[in-house]
Amino acid sequence: MMRRALLSLTLLGLSGLAYAKPGLEGAVEKQPLNLHAIAMFLVFVVLTMGITYWAASRTKSAADFYTAGGGITGFQNGLAIAGDYMSAATLLGLTAMVYTKGYDGYIYMLAFFVGWPCILFLMADRLRNLGKFTFADITAYRLNQGKVRTMAAVSSLTVVCFYLIAQMVGAGQLIKLLFGLDYNVAVVVVGALMMIYVTFGGMIATTWVQIIKAVMLLTGGTLVMLLAFTQFDFSYTKLVKAATDLHANGFALLTPGNLLSDPVTAISLCMGLMFGTAGLPHILMRFFTVTDAKEARKSVLYASGFVGYFFNVIFLMGLAAILIVGQNPQFFEGGVVGGKLIGGGNMVVMHLAQAVGGNMLLGFLAAVAFATILAVVSGLALAGASAISHDLYARVIKKGAATEAAEMRVSKIATIVLGIVAIGLGILFENQNVAFMVGLAFGIAAAANFPVLILSMYWQGLTTRGALAGGYAGLISAVLLVVCSKSVWVAVLGNPAPLFPYEQPAIFAMPIAFLAAWLVSKLDGSAQARAEMEAFEDQFVRAQTGYGAATAAAH
Amino acid sequence: MSSAVYARIRENPKFQELVARRSRYSWFLSILVVAVFYGFVLVVAFDPKLIGAPIAEGSMWTVGIAFGLCMFVGFWLLTALYVHKANGEFDAISQEVVRAAWKEGQP
Repeated sequence: MMRRALLSLTLLGLSGLAYAKPGLEGAVEKQPLNLHAIAMFLVFVVLTMGITYWAASRTKSAADFYTAGGGITGFQNGLAIAGDYMSAATLLGLTAMVYTKGYDGYIYMLAFFVGWPCILFLMADRLRNLGKFTFADITAYRLNQGKVRTMAAVSSLTVVCFYLIAQMVGAGQLIKLLFGLDYNVAVVVVGALMMIYVTFGGMIATTWVQIIKAVMLLTGGTLVMLLAFTQFDFSYTKLVKAATDLHANGFALLTPGNLLSDPVTAISLCMGLMFGTAGLPHILMRFFTVTDAKEARKSVLYASGFVGYFFNVIFLMGLAAILIVGQNPQFFEGGVVGGKLIGGGNMVVMHLAQAVGGNMLLGFLAAVAFATILAVVSGLALAGASAISHDLYARVIKKGAATEAAEMRVSKIATIVLGIVAIGLGILFENQNVAFMVGLAFGIAAAANFPVLILSMYWQGLTTRGALAGGYAGLISAVLLVVCSKSVWVAVLGNPAPLFPYEQPAIFAMPIAFLAAWLVSKLDGSAQARAEMEAFEDQFVRAQTGYGAATAAAH
Repeated sequence: MSSAVYARIRENPKFQELVARRSRYSWFLSILVVAVFYGFVLVVAFDPKLIGAPIAEGSMWTVGIAFGLCMFVGFWLLTALYVHKANGEFDAISQEVVRAAWKEGQP
């Protein structure tokens, strides 16, 4: 059903979602070859290839491959998390959103941000103290390894696949726009580079790609913001006054629009973004790369600092673009101010870069956008590959008897397969609207991964049956609700009206998952369930103190 | 073997005190963040006009921007506060408890 649904996608313009990846609204015009951008991107590729070569020589054990040997510092990991978390949609989509919708963009960014403090307060220490390579290490800690890991792997792979498709299609469209390369070439380049980084360099290379990308993104964004801000004498008051005077919405630009007027949608969206963040396998995996709980906490401090800072930079860029881009005929098709922006709505920040810093800055920012996609897909591929090799192969199929060398071999093969699948799907979905896929990925992460993960850490009463019931109930309800919502049922399947009136599944799917996990655990009176509850005692001490946790020295 | 260490840690009153204090601290901060943020979301949903109103007559700062910026900065400061407390005070107690339990097991 899902497969048919996806294959029969029809082209449709659905925008306005912050998750909407650049160029996801369908086909975009190919732009002339951008030599500055290509040159800067090549520098990035050469640098990261050098790092991958160096990383390959240091990737010997499974721990090196999955978690960089647990030797990443909190600061490095903070940057890498920021690099993993802020995708091209953050830079392009959110700037465009502030440009057109003003304050709505700020609300989205707050929702994207607010999950981080809660991850720190409730999860960071426990993740590091209990986990080793994947988050299923935690959910399966005292439960039935085979069943719980299978479930975790299924939902991880679902999240990874939807996220990957969205990134690949976005990458192809974006590169076509920014670099003037052919769509298929762009998708193959992204897939191939990702496979090289991950198979040869594992987590060490992936981490450094993410760190470099985060530094480039922060630098590029800050530079554009400062250059744009000079035109307003660094006065926020002056900027807002000019922007609201000019914008069609006037001062209402700073009032929430109809995007979030419905309380159910608003809360559901915020829940999806917040708890989805805490259930994304590629983000959770980053917590296992640091030495101990201390560094894990520091990583969140740095990551949330960078993310929060950058969101405010984006807000200023969006406001400045209203004046600098919005009044300049050179950025509009046919030179008609207020018409269609050249390259589509998501190009706002690129035009802004060109307006304030010329072709060099435009090229740099385009290279940043490409690097951004690479960093995110590499993180995703590694998370997907580890679910296959560490959870499914080593623990479910081989029941823990697989050698480390065999497990690593499987993860490398899995990376190549995921890369090929991602390229194939990227090409297949070229002209489709895949905006709903990132929403779906967050929804599944929030409803299938997060409830079981948090319960396994906090609730002694959780049993294997309860975890399975909760995980699968969350997965199925999130997928069904998205399929029945407007973005798939109407926009993709062409039905006249949606079966489910809301776009965001989290507010419904999350309680279903929690309820199923609670109810089934409560009704589970088996001897196994009692043993599992008893095992919570030791797990609890380890979660609190880190005694017995996988450490860098142990590898 | 490690199970015996876990049992000794669990029985240490200092451990129980640590757990109680740390979880009080982290739940308090989490509920604070969630309550403030979802309170804000409800205002967005039910009274968007208030969000778009200037904080003072003629000011270019609106309630929404000012409060949003305060959340960005404030929540980040809370993370800094938690990291400071957990990495300093709490981790010191935790290490002490683990060391005591481990030593006790040595012949």
